[in-house]
Amino acid sequence: MKLVIMGCGRVGAALASLMDEEGHKVTILDRDSHSFRRLSPSFKGTALVGDGTDEETLRKAGIETADAFVAVTQGDNRNVMACQMAKHLFGVPRVLCRIYDPLRRDLYQALGLEAISPTTIFAQLLKERLEG
Amino acid sequence: MYIIVVGAGQVGYYLCKALLDEGHEVLVLDKNPGRCERINEELGSVCTWGDGCETAVLAEAGAGRADMLIAVTDEDEDNLVACQVAKHKFHVPRTIARINNPKNETLFKKLGIDCTVSSTNLILEHVEHEVPTHPLMHLLKLGETGTEIVQVRVPAGSGAVGRRLQEVNLPPGSIVALVIRRDQNPVVATPDTILEAEDQVIAATRPESETALREALSGV
Repeated sequence: MKLVIMGCGRVGAALASLMDEEGHKVTILDRDSHSFRRLSPSFKGTALVGDGTDEETLRKAGIETADAFVAVTQGDNRNVMACQMAKHLFGVPRVLCRIYDPLRRDLYQALGLEAISPTTIFAQLLKERLEG
Repeated sequence: MYIIVVGAGQVGYYLCKALLDEGHEVLVLDKNPGRCERINEELGSVCTWGDGCETAVLAEAGAGRADMLIAVTDEDEDNLVACQVAKHKFHVPRTIARINNPKNETLFKKLGIDCTVSSTNLILEHVEHEVPTHPLMHLLKLGETGTEIVQVRVPAGSGAVGRRLQEVNLPPGSIVALVIRRDQNPVVATPDTILEAEDQVIAATRPESETALREALSGV
């Protein structure tokens, strides 16, 4: 699969390395080239400096032919905007969006975005551990 | 009208002031407490500290009864989300977003934002008017239909000079309404109108046909 990831933080870098190891074609975007230090040394994909909420940057990253797009920057709104661009402007078949704010996540899920709130999931996980 | 303004920067401040002067009920939201304090000191208690993209903040601001939400922060993504939350969660009838990157205009419209204002585009339009050699000027946008009224100059070397309008290969959806001659005399355009050098052509067109229209009228 051809995958574009926006945001090379811990999660973005780890996902990029995992997918790359499995032989997928990965392009990862970040506004700060320093973030790419987090990628594993064996990463064979493309690391691109640029803002994922900019159409030109997304085109350069190959969004037009991508099978999937994942937005995992620190900014909920940046993720939401980039994902809506991927879905509605470029017609990427699978778009995943991280939204920390659970209420905002619910709204965008209702609007048709596949949105995940790590806040809700992690709180649930902790609760299960405490009870189990 | 009850209007919520998101963002208390320069634009938010003067917008709030102008809307209050016009007699509207205005509430400004900003994430920065310092900015809120400044507005409250100068304009009375009209600013609340909070993120205008958060459902809880908007609920407390009474978004449910707002007639309009205007998002004017420095970040396009924040303006987009504030408007979408207002529209879809609180059914605010009219949402207006400030846009910094002019390319985002299409996306915002597609995502249901009622109106977008791009300062970059506004300045560019003025530059076009100030530079008379520019072959195509935007005069007017016709509402949400996408149709626009433009003015195209026919330079002396253009392939269209000496031709009748019906012989000029205009792109689909483009109609020439008026031809202003070099001596400033306007002529109603008919298929038989012959184009002359230095004519100004007023036409209705669509953004995607602009380049083809300019080529047809001013190209060699």
